[in-house]
Amino acid sequence: MTGYIEQTEKDARELRLDESIASSSRPKPPSALSSTMTFAHRALLRIKHVPEQMFDVTVFPVIFLLMFTYLFGGAIAGSTAEYLQFLLPGILVMTVSQITMYTGIDLNNDIRKGIFDRFRTLPIWLPSALIGSLLVDVVRYSLASFIMIILGYALGFRPEGGMAGILGAIGLILIFSFSLSWIWTVCGLIVRSEKALMMISFMVLFPLTFVSNVFVDPKTLPAWLESFVDVNPISILATAVRGAMHGTVTFQQVVMVLFVSLIMTAIFAPITIYLYRNKK
Amino acid sequence: MRRVAEAMHEASTADLAIKATGLVKIFGKHRAVDGVDLAIRKGMVYGFLGPNGAGKTTTIRLLATLLKPDGGSAEIFGHDLHREGDEIRSRISLTGQYASIDEDLTGMENLVMIARLMGYARREAKMRAEELLRAFGLEDAAKRQVKNYSGGMRRRVDIAASIVVTPELLFLDEPTAGLDPRSRNQVWDIIRALVKAGTTVLLTTQYLDEADQLADRIAVIDQGKIIAEGTSSELKESVGSGTLNVQLLNGEDRSRAMAILEEKLSVHVQFAADSTSLTAQVNDSFMVAGALGELAKQGIAVTSFSFGRPSLDEVFLKLTGHGTAQETDHKEEAI
Repeated sequence: MTGYIEQTEKDARELRLDESIASSSRPKPPSALSSTMTFAHRALLRIKHVPEQMFDVTVFPVIFLLMFTYLFGGAIAGSTAEYLQFLLPGILVMTVSQITMYTGIDLNNDIRKGIFDRFRTLPIWLPSALIGSLLVDVVRYSLASFIMIILGYALGFRPEGGMAGILGAIGLILIFSFSLSWIWTVCGLIVRSEKALMMISFMVLFPLTFVSNVFVDPKTLPAWLESFVDVNPISILATAVRGAMHGTVTFQQVVMVLFVSLIMTAIFAPITIYLYRNKK
Repeated sequence: MRRVAEAMHEASTADLAIKATGLVKIFGKHRAVDGVDLAIRKGMVYGFLGPNGAGKTTTIRLLATLLKPDGGSAEIFGHDLHREGDEIRSRISLTGQYASIDEDLTGMENLVMIARLMGYARREAKMRAEELLRAFGLEDAAKRQVKNYSGGMRRRVDIAASIVVTPELLFLDEPTAGLDPRSRNQVWDIIRALVKAGTTVLLTTQYLDEADQLADRIAVIDQGKIIAEGTSSELKESVGSGTLNVQLLNGEDRSRAMAILEEKLSVHVQFAADSTSLTAQVNDSFMVAGALGELAKQGIAVTSFSFGRPSLDEVFLKLTGHGTAQETDHKEEAI
């Protein structure tokens, strides 16, 4: 009797299976915008399921700001309140630049798991897989920026550029970070392991963010170092962000940031797409 | 007359899901795929059988447009692998060796995502996902993250993702590796249902009984080459004789039994791995009956015996000169 019941259950399952296969239709492939939004939605769902990954944009900025303000404030500028006016824009640039590397790490994880292969066998505009997650990263960067600015305000940060200056500064940071992310996606596609990728990005980002005008005025540096700091893209961004927040930004400073961003995107986005398509 | 022959040739080409000539893929110095020819008819289950590192996965990845071949050419449903990748991608689906789904998302979210990427509208995508979860017996797990699924459930949701839009050709890379017998049977049922609906399936496996059960034709692959091809019966035929297995009650009788069997069967008899069994390659069942009778006459107790065509295991051993379980260390296979 139980055998009979099991048999009918099995038949019912087979029937459902057959029906679900038969009822499949082949819709038109999605538009680039639609698939990009689907990938962005995936990134949002991942945040929902793995909220720990938001530490880098919530806890990081708080620790960085508190640490550097009180550690260097007295020594460098004589008072923490005064140093904060100089430091906050720079530390914001530094924090957001450093968290861009997580884009590469996520991609690297996708590749090592099988889902990357599935995406590549779908009839979609492939860059949408990357752009979708980069768009959500932009949301993450904005969150980090707002947290830091609000905390800064509580600590005594008083930007003279007002709200417009702050929004403009954040806009520049987002454009720059989006462009910088393409470097890490290239690395994420080349490097074998997550660890190696972390190491590479630290090796690049640490010197780049410290040997810049984030913490100190480059005029105090030896000439050879000063000339490096002046062309460092992080300095270029920090200068413009600082200017925007304090209302002293020049047209040329903004153009420089946009120019650097454009160069990074123009070089590394096509390489990323090429590697993504042709990955072994 | 010639025109008829040409037309027939064309018809047979149109019947092919996969046609490959001399496919080659080289990783460094290692020829992972070394001149593979294939002609796989539409609607069949085709099995790649071979040990780890034989080149099965690499061949599948070449055919699924995930890798570019270093030599040779292939057509999927008449579309060239080099030039018509998009055409091919809209007809195929791949379930890789490792779960090709997002483990942080729920089963439902995964299927909705794939359905959206296939072009379903939001509402239809959700309906399709629900339907598939029901059909695959996963409705209770729909809202759980895939990383909390059992191996069998993971495999099923993975295959479900591959058939959101029923593909014309489905690649399954070791679909039942590491599954318990019940889950394995469920996966087999799914594959059979797909074939019934007209999908061509190309699967790789290390399990001979799986190839035996599912595949209409089998290619035995070793070191990047197809070393034998045919139906499972043909492969067994090709090895030739049947195998006689005799297990004795007492191991001490083995030498005596061996002498008797060799005399009666006039073939070479071997000690099997355990201490009480003997094996021999024989064709004639009458001779086998006679030999077994002689053992009884001489007072040698036999606990069990079997005589039949060789198992695919034995076929494999004979063809490659090594067993299926052999682990080779070509790490490229896993990439």
